[in-house]
Amino acid sequence: MPAGRLSIVLAEDSLLLREGLASILDRAGHEVRDAVGDGDTLLAVVRKDPPDVVITDVRMPPGHSDEGLRAAAAIRAELPAIGILVLSQYVADAYLSSLLETTTGGIGYLLKDRVGHVTEFLASLDRVAEGGTVVDPEVVRQLLSRRRDDGPLSALTPRELEVLALMAEGRVNASIAEQLVVSEAAVRKHVGNIFAKLQLEDGLDRRVSAVLTYLRRQA
Amino acid sequence: MERPSNVWAAMATRRYLVSSWPWRSYAYLISSIPVGVLTIVLLGGAVALSAVLSPLIVGILMFSAFPLLGVLIGRVERWRAKLMLPAGIPSPHAVMPAGMSRRDRFRFRRREQGSLRGLGYGVLLGTFVWVFSAAFGGLSLSVLVITLMAPLIATDDELGMGPWTLDTTGEGFLFLVTFGPAWYVVTSYLLGCLAGAEAALARSMLGPREDELRRNVAELRRSRLDLVDAFETERARIERHLHDGVQQRLVGLTMTLGLAELDLPEGDGKTLVVKAHREAEAALADLREAVRGIHPRVLVDLGLEAAVREVADRSPLPVSVRMSLPNRLPAPIEAAAYFFVSEALANVAKHAEATRCDVEAWVSGDRLVVTVTDDGRGGADPAAGTGLTGLVTRLDALGGTLDLSSPPGGPTRLRMESPCRLDD
Repeated sequence: MPAGRLSIVLAEDSLLLREGLASILDRAGHEVRDAVGDGDTLLAVVRKDPPDVVITDVRMPPGHSDEGLRAAAAIRAELPAIGILVLSQYVADAYLSSLLETTTGGIGYLLKDRVGHVTEFLASLDRVAEGGTVVDPEVVRQLLSRRRDDGPLSALTPRELEVLALMAEGRVNASIAEQLVVSEAAVRKHVGNIFAKLQLEDGLDRRVSAVLTYLRRQA
Repeated sequence: MERPSNVWAAMATRRYLVSSWPWRSYAYLISSIPVGVLTIVLLGGAVALSAVLSPLIVGILMFSAFPLLGVLIGRVERWRAKLMLPAGIPSPHAVMPAGMSRRDRFRFRRREQGSLRGLGYGVLLGTFVWVFSAAFGGLSLSVLVITLMAPLIATDDELGMGPWTLDTTGEGFLFLVTFGPAWYVVTSYLLGCLAGAEAALARSMLGPREDELRRNVAELRRSRLDLVDAFETERARIERHLHDGVQQRLVGLTMTLGLAELDLPEGDGKTLVVKAHREAEAALADLREAVRGIHPRVLVDLGLEAAVREVADRSPLPVSVRMSLPNRLPAPIEAAAYFFVSEALANVAKHAEATRCDVEAWVSGDRLVVTVTDDGRGGADPAAGTGLTGLVTRLDALGGTLDLSSPPGGPTRLRMESPCRLDD
């Protein structure tokens, strides 16, 4: 699906953030079809008329627990074509694992701070709408730092770790090359080495979730 | 020398006759006379009044309020018993739950077994104990007084003592010296026994029974648990306030700054906005860190294992986590276990010079056991870490324990145990 003008349902209980997000999305030319404040309303609205993407907070009324995540899981189960971007207040990859259990369809998990980097945020949104996976750099860093002295990650060079981290954020080779100020060919070589060392199948599509799922299995 | 805790112990010592115990025994026995009389008058009066009023509802109500008299009698008698039992008799009454109306308070006391026993003791005191005390204590005291006064009395009057008639001061003195000490010795031991028996009766009826003692301990634990719970609730409230208030505002600020960056042309203005944006993000990161220390959200949402894995991931050394917990535990227990692991890992990172660390948790019977083991240099001092002291208090309130084994050269192993349920 081309990421042009997206129809979006927004779920966020803080009025302040809802308005802020809506104005950012509006500015980018997307249509914020509905802005709701709790998980149940989100589900009802999405079932009635499915949007392209759902952006949801983790914690919402009534329980102020993980209502947003549960609504996201329900949407994923019923309507797998809808991209889901989860905004979280904390760096907690435990929430991520429940999202990654379903691997089809676009998924994003970002810290709320990222919304402030408007251009990057909108790019992440497009990636999710196209069916890609986006994971917050902070979470990726946490996943990669896990058990660094043993396990398969110890086989990677520091540069390869950097590349893996950027891959896990959902970036394509060109973007990684730009970020690291190296040639795309060099990135391709690193990616090949990483996949070889971690014994992963190559393939652009699911490589992020493949990496993340792999990392999680090591926990 | 240690002071004897009751009259029996005192009688076993050689100092008994020159101690205050014989006089206390006298005081106890003699004072039971007015108290006993007063009690029987009070009880008799109350019965009579209730009987007269019994056609009216008031009379019936009065009957039902009798155990409250037992509470009053118990209070007076426990106070009086301090003469014989310096440590006092503990009250059998339960602590009144907070927030009860006056009516509920009366009902609560009325139904207690301790109140009925107090009433029973009142009846014994009023009909039997004081009469007995008066017979022995009163008689003995009279004889003692007369013996002491014998020289004086014999001066002016004749004093018949059995076959012996005293009619001079000298004869009085002779009598006093001959019989006074002997009488004092005999009565001191006799009355000591009587007063001791009476105090023992008071203690057995007015003190707490085994189950009441157990209940008092349980109450104490519950009130400490309430305290821990209140503390936990407050932490959660602060965490929620920071998340839903301060953090949202900061996020809102970064959004506005992000939008401003897009609109502003390159130049000093934009540089300043970019700087402000970075600072707002740093504040957010600091806030996230602080909030996590206060009350980790993952713990509440996903439970102990997920939260412990998060802490383990953030630790600077490799930490392996092996937990087998069947289901969620009560919140205060999960919180105690979480803060235990969190504190232990922080200590390992700071002091142990370890290269790796293992966290294990399992349920054994109805106890949760959590251990944190490192391969560091050992020799950890349990008194040094202030973080662990708070944990000990917290665990204690839950009925749990904390052990540290840290031989020099390692390994160091911290182990906590806690019940899996709160009401045990």
